[in-house]
Order: sequence, then C-alpha cells, then structure tokens
Amino acid sequence: MVKYRKQILVCSGAGCKSKQGEEIIDNLKLELEALALENDINVIKTGCFGLCEMGPVVKIIPDDVIYIKVSPEDAAEIISQHIVKGQKIDRLIHVDPVTKKKVSGSSDMAAYKKQIRIVLRNCGIIDPENIDEAIAHDSYLALGKVLKEMKPEEAIKIISDSGLRGRGGGGFSTGLKWKLAFESKSDEKYVVCNADEGDPGAFMDRSVLEGDPHSVLEAMAICGYCIGSSNGLIYIRAEYPLAVARLKTAIQQAREYGLLGKDIFGSGFNFDIEIRYGAGAFVCGEETALIHSMEGLRGEPTVKPPFPAESGYRGKPTNVNNVETFACISPIILKGASWFSSIGTEKSKGTKVFALAGKINNVGLIEVPMGTTLREVIFEIGGGIQYGRKFKAVQTGGPSGGCLTEKHLDTPIDFDNLIAAGSMMGSGGMIVLDEDDCMVSVSKYYLDFTVEESCGKCSPCRIGNKRLHELLGNICKGNGTLADLKRLRNMSLVIKDTSLCGLGQSSPNPVLSTLDNFMDEYIAHVTDKKCPAGQCRDLMQYFIIPENCVGCTACARVCPVNAITGERKEPHLINHSICIKCGACLEKCKFDAIIIK
Amino acid sequence: MNKIKTLADLTRIKEEYLAKSQDTERKGVSKGKICIKVHMGTSGIASGAREIHEFLSVELEKRNIDAVVVRTGDMGYCFAEPTIEVTLPGEEPLVFGNVDKLRADEIIEKYIKNGEFVEGTIPVNYQTIN
Repeated sequence: MVKYRKQILVCSGAGCKSKQGEEIIDNLKLELEALALENDINVIKTGCFGLCEMGPVVKIIPDDVIYIKVSPEDAAEIISQHIVKGQKIDRLIHVDPVTKKKVSGSSDMAAYKKQIRIVLRNCGIIDPENIDEAIAHDSYLALGKVLKEMKPEEAIKIISDSGLRGRGGGGFSTGLKWKLAFESKSDEKYVVCNADEGDPGAFMDRSVLEGDPHSVLEAMAICGYCIGSSNGLIYIRAEYPLAVARLKTAIQQAREYGLLGKDIFGSGFNFDIEIRYGAGAFVCGEETALIHSMEGLRGEPTVKPPFPAESGYRGKPTNVNNVETFACISPIILKGASWFSSIGTEKSKGTKVFALAGKINNVGLIEVPMGTTLREVIFEIGGGIQYGRKFKAVQTGGPSGGCLTEKHLDTPIDFDNLIAAGSMMGSGGMIVLDEDDCMVSVSKYYLDFTVEESCGKCSPCRIGNKRLHELLGNICKGNGTLADLKRLRNMSLVIKDTSLCGLGQSSPNPVLSTLDNFMDEYIAHVTDKKCPAGQCRDLMQYFIIPENCVGCTACARVCPVNAITGERKEPHLINHSICIKCGACLEKCKFDAIIIK
Repeated sequence: MNKIKTLADLTRIKEEYLAKSQDTERKGVSKGKICIKVHMGTSGIASGAREIHEFLSVELEKRNIDAVVVRTGDMGYCFAEPTIEVTLPGEEPLVFGNVDKLRADEIIEKYIKNGEFVEGTIPVNYQTIN
C-alpha cells in the first residue's frame, strides 16, 4: 500500500535553509533520478526540527535515522550508502558530547531540542472540552496527591523550592506569595487567577485556557488547599469568548466529577471556582486594580501594603496568580521541585512561554527554558526576520517593557537579565522590529496605549504620560528640539518615581529604553528633521527624478489630490504643498522615478 | 456521574479512557484508529480550522476511512494556521501546517492512505515532559 519504500525528510526551517538546505534537496533528487529510484524514494521538505545548531537536518523514514550537519555533497553518500545499501552513515550521526554515544533516533534526539513544553504540555494535544482526556493526561493527579498525601506547608515548600516565579510580569516568588497568604489568619480567603492578559501581542494565557483549562482549575484548587481558601475566582477579559466558553465547560465537568465542589477526593476540602469578567482594561491586570474591579468598583489600583495576601478581595486574604504560573503547578507537584529547578538559570527557574509577533517569520507561541538567548529565540526558533530584512530590536514586556537590540542578542533571557538590559519579562510578548521600524514611532505607539489605559487616579501617570505622548508626537512631526529630548528623559524618570502603580511606574520604559539604545534616531528626527526608517510621514517627501521619468502620466492619474503635474512625455513634478504622502504614485511608477527623501 | 473520591478513581478513569480511546498516548503510540486533531483555538478558528474540521469529518466518512477527528486548542504555530495533527496507527503524530481544503485532500489521499509525506509538515520541535 505504501507507495514509497523510504522517505527522506529535509528540514527547511530558516536555520537549515540558510545552510544550503535547498541544495541538499536538489542533490538528493538528482542522485535518485540517476539511479531511477525517484518513484521508490520520496524527498520532501519539512518545517523546523528544532535542531538548528546541528542543521541542516535530514531524517530518513521509516528507519528513524536523523543525520546532522548534512552538506549538499553528502547527498550522494546518503543515497548510495543508506538508501541503496541500508547502512547508516556514521560520520553524519550526532555523538553526545558527554556519553560519547551515537544518537540518531528522533526520541533520543529530542533532548537536544531548544523548546520544552511544560505550560503548553497539553495544548493542541487534548480535547479541552473532554475532562476524561485531560485526566488521561494526568490532570488532577497532582491535586489528588496534594490532598491525600501532603499538608499545605509541604506543598508550599515544594513550590518554594522549585523556584517558580510569577509569570505575569513581576517575577515574585510564587511559593513565598502562597506562604504569605497561608500565614494570614482569616475565616475566608480567596484564590484569584489573573487571566486579564493585556499586553499587546501576548496571547499565551488565552492559548492555555483554550487548550488546557483543567490545568488552571487544578492548580487553583491546589493553591486553595495550600493557603486555606475554598473560593476561586478567574478574572478573565470578556474579549476571550472561546476561552470563557471552554473554562465554563471545564468547570462544569470538574464539578460533575467532584473535583471542584464539596469534599474533594474525600478529604473534606471544599473548593469551587467562579468566573468574573473584565472589560479589557490594561490596569486591571495589576492585582489591586483587578481585585477592585471584581468587587464591582472602578478598576483603580491602591497602594501596597496592604498586600492582597493580607487584605484583598472583600478585605480578605487573597492570592493572585497568573494563568501561566498556575499552569506550572501540577508538573512541579508531580515531578518534584528539583526537576523544575534543574531547568532554567540560577535565579529564574523553569520555562517561559513567549508570544512571538511582529516582523518575524514564525509568529506564534514558543516555550523555552529560562536562559535561552534572544538570538536562539528569534533566529532559530522564530525563523529570523521576515523578507530577509535586518533585525533592529525586540520589544519585550509590552508597554511596561523596553526594547533589546543587537547587542543583547546573546544575553540569556531571564527575569533579572532583562531588567538589567533595561527591559522586563512582562507576560512574555516579544514584538520583533526590523530596519523599517522607526523607534520614535514605536515608543509613541506604546504611549498611545498607556495614555488610553491610564486609570487617571494619580497625576504623574495621567498628566505625565499625556505630555510625553505630545512630545513624541512633536518629534515625529519634525517639531522637536534637542531640549525636548532632555525633557523626555527627565519627565520619564519623574513619572517612574512618582506613579502609584505598576502601570505608571513602567509606562515611560519604552521611551527610556529607546532613548538609551536609539538616541541617533531621535537626533535625526529633531536636528535633521529626518526619519531614518522612513516611517514618519511628516518627515518625508516624495520626489520625481527627472532623468528617470518618461512622462507616462501614470503617477499623475493615480494621485488622489492631483498634486502631480507635467506634460506627456516630459518629466513630472510633485507639488509638495498639496501632496498628502499617500505613496500611490510610488507604487504605480514602473521606472523607479519616484523616491522618498 | 460518579464522583472521584480516591486516587484510584482517578487512575481508573485514566485507564478506562486510554483503553477505549483510539486516541494516542502522549508518547505517540497509536492504538488502532487513525486520529486527526484539528487545532481550534481562537487563532486556528480565525484562519479557517472550523471548515477544515468539517471537511475532514465529511470527507473521511465519504471515503470510507475509519478515523476520529478531534478538536483541540492551538499548538502555538500561528504562522502556519490552520494546523492539524495526524496520527496513523503505530506512527508518531505528524503536524501539518497551512491546511486548506486542497491540502487536507492531499493529506487524506497521500499521507493517510499511503503514509506518503507531503510538504508543510512541522516536526515535533520541542521536548515533552513525560
């Protein structure tokens, strides 16, 4: 039935492709044709194997042999040795540097892959609306273990020892947070799941809730047991209808099995979860504002202390954790603290999910151990920059973060390194920018967002960010001065120091970080009145090069405001006082006669 | 529905499910039926996964192929949505990206019927934790 005797898979991920992956395919096909084997053996391009460092990678099926660092010249040997004679080619097989063993099967090679899926372990694997399938993938096993075999203190100790830090942005120790909530004395306590994912470009929480909602419910129940709470609340933005629907189904199914509700696992522990909807206000991702919003008050932050662990929802001790943090809990309980802390860097343990967005080839979610470098994330896993353009910066941490540039590419990513580099982890959004992105416009874009999202309670944030935004707008229009740049920095520092909550304290970060890394671009905007990336419309003008213009009138006809004049077969001219810089003429011109200056 | 009261209850559900299920265990060893997972999170659905789910369900039945089509969340391969994962009995699961109806048809005819690879596959590029 199988048409082909063997199939040769050649990686065409960005890493391998750049190392002559295409030529390998051509050579393999030529060799097969020479031996008249092309109907017997199939050669096919595949996506990335995740073994980029060892690329180009070639896999032979059904033999399950992976060859590494294959060059186009190796094609002949692969065909004559492996395909014809059925002998493995030893020199193309990976040798483990520690054990000195030859490793060629795909399950053995898995250990060399850059990504590890802990949080996303079940996403795309299980049916999120079928609790039996979730249980078949070990959901609720950790809850059972904790309730049956552990005291709250013991479970908290495991979480503390694992080194898990909050994945929502701040990076506060989860174990410590639970301990503080555990130690607060009260008749009632609350466990809150923060699913108010607000950073532009971040969508890992949504994916987890849509793909594996039980992992979050289970972890909330574990947290409830640990801190002594029987009430769970999930604060989720109403813009995530699918996640809400799947959560509701999951909660219902868990209740039917008695995994939520009274006397869970016959242990006498009661815990149930309700959903609260957010209206998509960014500030409500801040835990005090989130709590106020759930109480039906305005989503405004309040000064900490008192921390929610002492006085949170309805004045009761409350533990707020992010979706991704919760999704880490059950594997830690099941596999142990030392397993989790063996992954990652000294102070940041485990893995982190990043949402890659912007000018990157493989837009999507990835999960890598803490300490993976930016270069590995962007150029290997992410497949590099779109259309072969030049990498300029990556914005991490959303509107609270900053940008990292080429000089940070080899920095291992963890909570502390990112802060040292002038950015932050945030929730893990990574927006990749290329040479065509104007950094002044980028920081203005984030300020747009902050100005819109500021709750208005404290003046540094409400007024300061507005003024920052105006200054950036002026600079983009070519009306800025060198003194404005100084003002930008001073005002940013004041806003950071004097704002009430995390939103205000971090809102000038994009400005400061672009000022630090891309001062030359700011200077070009204010002194030369030029936008080097060619993005600021007010700073550019369209010109016709008379030597190239043949007078075809195509540009004049397409111009919506009739700004282009000229006789037929004579060079045309653009009237800059009328031109609206729409770019239609540039697109239409077939003679490269129109340029932007 | 019976409430789960002990760890043994939980294990029983797991084992019952795995026994009756034609689905794969996480290690990827299939137990019989062909299993197709259509990744239907928000981004999958937005790029047409729902139509692919329907197309596969209808077409597999029409072509007399005994297979289960399951809906799951997204795997995070947003650049290649819609994505589906096909597990043939005894084979490792295989993910296909950019699946439109044409490619879905090709996958049925080539991979599902003949085990023949088609372009657009995404190998497992991550480590699992089990």
